[in-house]
Amino acid sequence: MPVPAYTFLVLSGLLFTMGAVGFLVRRNPLVVFMCIELMLNAVNLAFAAESRYLNSLDGVVFAFLVITVAAAEVVVGIAIIVQVYRSGRQMDVDQLDLMKE
Amino acid sequence: MDTLAPLVLLLPLAGFLVNAFFGRVLPRQVAGWVGAGSIGLAFLAALAILTQVVGGQRLDQTYFTWWQTADFNLPFNLYVDPVSTLMILVITGVGFLIHLYSIGYMAEDPGFARFFAYMNLFVFSMLLLVLSGNFVWLIIGWAGVGLSSYLLIGFWYQRTSAVLAARKAFVMNTIGDVGMVFAAFLVFLNLRVLDYHDVFSRIHQLPKGGAVITAICLLLLIGAVAKSAQLPLHTWLPDAMEGPTPVSALIHAATMVTAGVYLIARMHSLYDWAPAAATTVAIIGGVTAFFAATIGMAQVDIKRILAYSTMSQIGYMFLAVGIGAYAAGMFHFMTHAFFKALLFMAAGNVIHAFHDDQDIRHMGNLRAGMPITFWTFLIGTLSITGFPLITAGFWSKDEIIRAAISAAGSEFWLGVIALITAGLTGFYMFRLFFIAFGWEWLSRDERHLHEAVPIQTVPIIILAVGAVVGGFIPVGNFLQPVFGHAVEVGAAAFWGLAALSVLVALVGFGFAYLLYARRPELAVQWRTRIAPIHTLVEHKYYVDELYDRVFVRPGFALARFLNDIVEPKVIDGAVDGVAHLWVEEARELRLIQSGRVRTYGIFTLGGAVGVLLLVTYFLGYLPVKPA
Repeated sequence: MPVPAYTFLVLSGLLFTMGAVGFLVRRNPLVVFMCIELMLNAVNLAFAAESRYLNSLDGVVFAFLVITVAAAEVVVGIAIIVQVYRSGRQMDVDQLDLMKE
Repeated sequence: MDTLAPLVLLLPLAGFLVNAFFGRVLPRQVAGWVGAGSIGLAFLAALAILTQVVGGQRLDQTYFTWWQTADFNLPFNLYVDPVSTLMILVITGVGFLIHLYSIGYMAEDPGFARFFAYMNLFVFSMLLLVLSGNFVWLIIGWAGVGLSSYLLIGFWYQRTSAVLAARKAFVMNTIGDVGMVFAAFLVFLNLRVLDYHDVFSRIHQLPKGGAVITAICLLLLIGAVAKSAQLPLHTWLPDAMEGPTPVSALIHAATMVTAGVYLIARMHSLYDWAPAAATTVAIIGGVTAFFAATIGMAQVDIKRILAYSTMSQIGYMFLAVGIGAYAAGMFHFMTHAFFKALLFMAAGNVIHAFHDDQDIRHMGNLRAGMPITFWTFLIGTLSITGFPLITAGFWSKDEIIRAAISAAGSEFWLGVIALITAGLTGFYMFRLFFIAFGWEWLSRDERHLHEAVPIQTVPIIILAVGAVVGGFIPVGNFLQPVFGHAVEVGAAAFWGLAALSVLVALVGFGFAYLLYARRPELAVQWRTRIAPIHTLVEHKYYVDELYDRVFVRPGFALARFLNDIVEPKVIDGAVDGVAHLWVEEARELRLIQSGRVRTYGIFTLGGAVGVLLLVTYFLGYLPVKPA
């Protein structure tokens, strides 16, 4: 029995919402980071599912692109977080506002 | 003739270009002779033109078309008839003598080549003005004359007074240029042509004495008045005496200032068609002649006296052309060029001898020290005052007075003014002569003076010959094909009026002789007795002061107001205000850059949701449909 397409989209939407809410409410940089990953992967899921249903590879190609960007982003992001941690600052995104005007 | 006319024009231009570009590297003698020689050759070409014009030839030749449109094209054409022939002969002939004189006069000046470049540019512009066959090239020549006059008055640019005088002359002349340009506009608007030949033949399409033709003539008159230093645009001429003396001789006596007379004579078919404008010309001329002569009676600067006498004599010419005696005006133009150039150049010799002192009260011992200058100056004085029968001034001036007095109506009174002015001329010229040249009759003067070098005296002697025999040149007959017959009067009236004008001049001479040669203590007494009038005249009727109050100072005040108030407050204010607005806005807007990632997240998410909502709304997926 084929699974209807909208279930994947609903799941994707739920995952994205979880990521977004987590991004907004959590203050630990690592968790915030994971929430970003969650949002990216929610989108990937939607891409992949639609790709399958529409019989087109475009969505899959896009998903690969997103995975690549996410990987690069993780490398830079984790490095920054580690550096911040080693500098002895409090690990709270609300306190990390060096870039403010 | 169709090659000679451009040759007359191009020779001075070539002289100008050579001296302007190579003057610094040329030896002085070469630069001077290039300047004088080009004018001399142009004079020879003008003489050749004269022989052909006397033979009845005319020229209206188009050499090239400057630009053209569908229904109008603007040619460069030269127009040679007796009037322009007379003009180019005087300009190149007298101009050549003045250039020769300048070689001697300017010998010590560091700007020698520059001087000759300017002089040649002037002669070129003047020739373009008189040879042009249409209004546009006339105006170009007209403006060129104003420019070279500016350059020459301000020739000694290290002197503040010279620079100010040059600027004043330029501003006054520009007022006239504007009048000329508007006149040309009106001509084109109403007749659709700018060519003399076409304009003169179509002018009768306009109603005689109508508003259009009168306006054209009055606008042309503004140009003529400015260039010829007539009331009320006369104040630049006396100040223009700041230039070197040969400049005064060439520009402010012999040629440039007579351009106004030429203009009105050239446009005589227009003025004949606008009697009111012609009468205005005559009135301006008559009043200026009298006005300038009275000022000349109380001045002590030799060049200024001559400048006022120039104004006065040009007033005579305006009077003549205003009452339709065009040939008489042109005749007086020619004789005046002879004796006024002579007077200025002789005065230049005197000024040199007294080390640039121009005050006539400091001069003296000239008969013994500078005999050639003395005798030639005397001939010039006799000619300008109209010494009977043997001087040129007698014949030409009498012709004007006769034409004015024999005319009916209001011109008669202008003739009376001209007659009185002849008496004033006799007074101020002999006052100048007795004070500057005859002081040694009163006190033995032992100052040792040197006569000027031959290159300065020979041109003066030649002009002195012209100032005597010039009156016998049949200018009236020569110009008759253009202007028609002059008004004839009977022999009795002719000699009666001549005797009357001589008598009036003699009265002037007699007063001058009494006050300045015989009993100078009387002059002092009389001056104190009429002190208020004397002061008024000495200060030139305070016209300069009046213009200063009415135009110059309000102009400065307006400029200061614009500079101090409008510029910083209004213009800068608007520009700075816009910049300030954005700075203020930015100061508040930049607070949203808080550095807090979660705030950015909310903005981003909100933005994404907003965009999504908009897209779905416009695609029609929301319950609320777009209109």
